[in-house]
Amino acid sequence: MSNPLYQKHIVSITDLTRDELELIVSTAATLKQVPNPDLLAGKVIASCFFEASTRTRLSFETAVQRLGGTIIGFADGGNTSLAKKGETLADSIQVISSYTDAVVMRHPQEGAARLASEFSSSPIINGGDGSNQHPTQTLLDLFSIYESQGTLDGLKVAFCGDLKYGRTVHSLAQALCHFGAEFTFLAPDELYMPDYLLQDFADAGISFKRAEDFHEVAHEADIIYMTRVQKERFDETEYKHLASRYILTAEHLKEAKPNMRVLHPLPRIDEITVDVDRTPHAYYFEQAENGVYAREALLALLLNENI
Amino acid sequence: MVEKKKLQVEAIGTGTVIDHIPAGQGVKILSQLQLLGTDLRITVGFNLPSKELGLKDIIKVENRLFNETEASELGLFAPQATINVIENYAVRAKFKMSVPEKLEGVFECPNSNCITHNEPVQSSFAIKERNNDIQLKCRYCEKSFSKDIVAGL
Repeated sequence: MSNPLYQKHIVSITDLTRDELELIVSTAATLKQVPNPDLLAGKVIASCFFEASTRTRLSFETAVQRLGGTIIGFADGGNTSLAKKGETLADSIQVISSYTDAVVMRHPQEGAARLASEFSSSPIINGGDGSNQHPTQTLLDLFSIYESQGTLDGLKVAFCGDLKYGRTVHSLAQALCHFGAEFTFLAPDELYMPDYLLQDFADAGISFKRAEDFHEVAHEADIIYMTRVQKERFDETEYKHLASRYILTAEHLKEAKPNMRVLHPLPRIDEITVDVDRTPHAYYFEQAENGVYAREALLALLLNENI
Repeated sequence: MVEKKKLQVEAIGTGTVIDHIPAGQGVKILSQLQLLGTDLRITVGFNLPSKELGLKDIIKVENRLFNETEASELGLFAPQATINVIENYAVRAKFKMSVPEKLEGVFECPNSNCITHNEPVQSSFAIKERNNDIQLKCRYCEKSFSKDIVAGL
């Protein structure tokens, strides 16, 4: 029987079942332990970045090359026929997908990946569509949680910072709904988790609460998922007042459980002080490295019927 | 004096009657169906007495027979309305409204950065009733909007 992800489009984290998420995570763990340079042998992958994204693009391209595949593509949409000649995305994808075995794409507009999947003859992997989805970030987050905790089930996960606009937070929380997590949210009113997502969590039977400060969060969480409160969303005085409450320091982590790990999608600016890096709780750089293994796992599963 | 029973709005021979529209929704339905830009003969009644609704609106469109898809689009605005398709003064079909599960190609996505605005695809929304509100979720950008925002009302 072929694996359930074979030849599937990966557009939105909500398209994936619990079993599929677990399969990707366990495959990533295997590939991290036992590299397999033949899984994409003879395959050509298109890397279409209509909008620049250094980390996502380089980690995808590393993943392809580590599995023995080759990459074609572009790092910036400005020089393509779409930008220069006004070709539609639908036409571009129809052509590019006919050359290649899979298409990794990032695009500044929401819905671009779903649209591409309707015109593509090979699997589309969404590397970010505007403010909408970035499913492979969630896959590497899940893999990092699994790797650091030994399980995905029943974990206490605290989300801190910008919970309103942060798509990584939304997607990870949606994915964790499959695993009976308990959520704690630490964010200013202006950046709190949107109502429609809170309703989704309630519908999924997930319990969640709001915390006032890191001390409340640190002693019980298994994972603290940090994001940045962006300066540009506030006036300067308000920002100074707010930001100090959402900066994680080593001092906050004194009461943390030994297994607790701090994750962050990076880039970090000042929301995690560097003294946290030296605690055993810091896991964000391992998390970034895991992006390669999670993307290797996904590509391997999409392009190999049996693995 | 002989008491006359008069129809509130003149009967039509062939066409479609949308009845039991909650008062105030009739105008929205006219604009949604883009009936006003055509040469169809339309009779409307606003704020007519109704046993069930108190006040209701009614729309009669002559020589145009609605199908079930058109009826389902109306369900969004007037889930309690009924549609009667009339031929030779007799009711040929009757649709009871309900909120449709999805709506395609009717409204543009209100998200100005949604890819549907510059690509050759129809808009597509999944419809969900939640807390007495009807929400439409775009198939592409995955954003959810209240029905009145999507319809531009």
